[in-house]
Amino acid sequence: MRSNVSQYDLIAPGSLAAVLNALADSPGEFTPIAGGTELMVALGAGRLEAKKLVSLWGIPELRFIEVSEDAVTIGAGTTFTDLRRHPVIASDFTLLAQAASWTGSIANQNRGTLGGNCVNASPAADSPPALLVYEAELTLISASGARKVPYGKFHLGYKKTMLRPDELLYSIQLKRNFSGYVSYARKVGTRNAQAISKVAIAALARVHGGVIEEIRLGAASLRETPARLVATELALTRRSVDAELGPTIAAARTALAGECRPIDDIRSTAKYRAAVAGNLVEEFLRGL
Amino acid sequence: MSAITLTINGESKTITAPPMKRLLDVLREDLHLTGTKEGCGEGECGSCSVLMNGELVNSCLVPVLQAAGANVCTIEGVAVEGRLDAVQQCFLEEGGAQCGICTPGMILATHHLLDKYPQPTMAQIQEGLAGNLCRCTGYKRIFNAVESCAKKSHA
Ligand SMILES: Cc1cc2nc3c(=O)[nH]c(=O)nc-3n(C[C@H](O)[C@H](O)[C@H](O)COP(=O)(O)OP(=O)(O)OC[C@H]3O[C@@H](n4cnc5c(N)ncnc54)[C@H](O)[C@@H]3O)c2cc1C
Ligand code: FES
Ligand code: FES
Repeated sequence: MRSNVSQYDLIAPGSLAAVLNALADSPGEFTPIAGGTELMVALGAGRLEAKKLVSLWGIPELRFIEVSEDAVTIGAGTTFTDLRRHPVIASDFTLLAQAASWTGSIANQNRGTLGGNCVNASPAADSPPALLVYEAELTLISASGARKVPYGKFHLGYKKTMLRPDELLYSIQLKRNFSGYVSYARKVGTRNAQAISKVAIAALARVHGGVIEEIRLGAASLRETPARLVATELALTRRSVDAELGPTIAAARTALAGECRPIDDIRSTAKYRAAVAGNLVEEFLRGL
Repeated sequence: MSAITLTINGESKTITAPPMKRLLDVLREDLHLTGTKEGCGEGECGSCSVLMNGELVNSCLVPVLQAAGANVCTIEGVAVEGRLDAVQQCFLEEGGAQCGICTPGMILATHHLLDKYPQPTMAQIQEGLAGNLCRCTGYKRIFNAVESCAKKSHA
C-alpha cells in the first residue's frame, strides 16, 4: 500500500548548522533524508515509519571530496557518481570506485550517497566492505560537537549503528597508504545493474616473497552487519601463496565456514552464500 | 503543504504540495505532464526518469521539496518547437519504441549518456541504460537507436 504523503513532513533548512539545530531542538523527532533511494522506496511501499524528515540533499558542507597528501576525506552527502568521477578515488581506492559503479543504475548513483549507504546499515550494502578493508575513520557530528570513530566499530548489530538521534554522519576518511597492496572485489547478484548482492567481498593483501604478510577481507551478506572476516584473515596471515596453494585454500575455507553466518532470504540461501563466499576468497588467493 | 518553485522545461513553475510528494506525481498530477511514466515506483525500472540539473534521476524517488529551485527536464521538454529531436528521431527510425511506456525514460537516459560520452562504446550504452527496463523491444533496437544517434551527431 502506498503511503499518504500528506501525513509526512519534510523540511530543508539548507545548511549543516541549521539541520544540526533542528536535530538538537527536538531529539528523535526528525529523520535525515539524503538521496532518498532507501527512504523513498520505503515511502512508496507504505513502510516509512519516520513522519518528519529533514533534507540533507544539496547541503554543500556535506558533499565534498578533500584530498591531502596522506588522506582523502569524503563528505557523507557525496553521491556514487561523485565518487566515480574523482581521479584519486579511481587511482587510490579502486575497491570503493568499484562498489560505487555497481550500486544500482546510473540514476541511482546520481542520487544515492555514501553516507546513506553506511547509515542505512544493510548487511548487503556495497560500499561497507570496501570501507572496512580500508579501515575508514568516520566523523559524526551534532550541535554539541564532533567525534571520530573507526568505521569497524560503527555497526552494532542488524541495522543498528552508533549514531545518536541528534547526530549526522559527517565524513568518511581513508588513509592513502595502499600502494603495495593487491586488491580484489566481486559482487555476486542476480544481474549487474540494480541487483542488491547475494554475497560480495572486497579484499586487500600484501604479499612478500610468496608469503601473505597482511590480508584484509570485507564481506557483505555474510554476517548480520557488514563485516571483516577476521578469523579467515588470521588463518591466512603468513601463509604461502607460492606453487602449492592447496593447504592455504583449505585453511581459508575452514576459517570462513566457522565465522560466516549467512541467512536464507528472498535473494538467496545461506548454503549458496557460504559456498560462494568460499569460492570468492579462493579466487582472490589464486590471483595473488 | 509547501509552496515550491522549480524550473520545468525552461519555465518557472510554483506549485503547492506536500513536501514529501514524489516529483513524479507533481509532474503528472499538478503539472499535467503525463509523459513521465510510473512503472515500479521503487527505483528499479527507470520509466519515471527525468533530468534534474542535468543529472538523470528517478522522479519516483525524489521528494518534490528536494527539487525546489532545480532545473527539471521531462520528455515534454525534449522536442524542439514541436519537432522530434535527434534522439527521438533515431528511436523512431530504428524501432526503439513499441508500447512506449519505457520510451520517455529511455530518451532522457540516452540524452544523459550522450552528454557524457558523445561516442559511447556498447558497454557504455548498456551501462547507461541498465536502469531503464523495456518489456517490448528486447533492447537491441534501442541500442541501435543510440548508436545511430551518436553516429549522426558525429557526421
Ligand atoms: C533500484 C535501487 C538499486 C539499489 N542498488 C543498490 C546496490 O546495488 N548496492 C547498495 O549498496 N545499495 C543499493 N541501493 C540502495 C541505496 O541506493 C543505497 O543504500 C544508497 O547509498 C542510500 O543513500 P541515500 O542517500 O539515497 O539514502 P537515504 O534514503 O536518503 O537515507 C538512507 C538512510 O541513511 C540515513 N542517512 C542518510 N545520510 C545520512 C547522514 N549523513 N547522517 C545520518 N543519517 C543519514 C537516513 O536517515 C536513512 O536512514 C539501491 C536502491 C535502489 C532504489
Ligand atoms: S517508476 Fe520510478 S523507477 Fe520505476
Ligand atoms: S517499448 Fe514497451 S516497454 Fe519499452
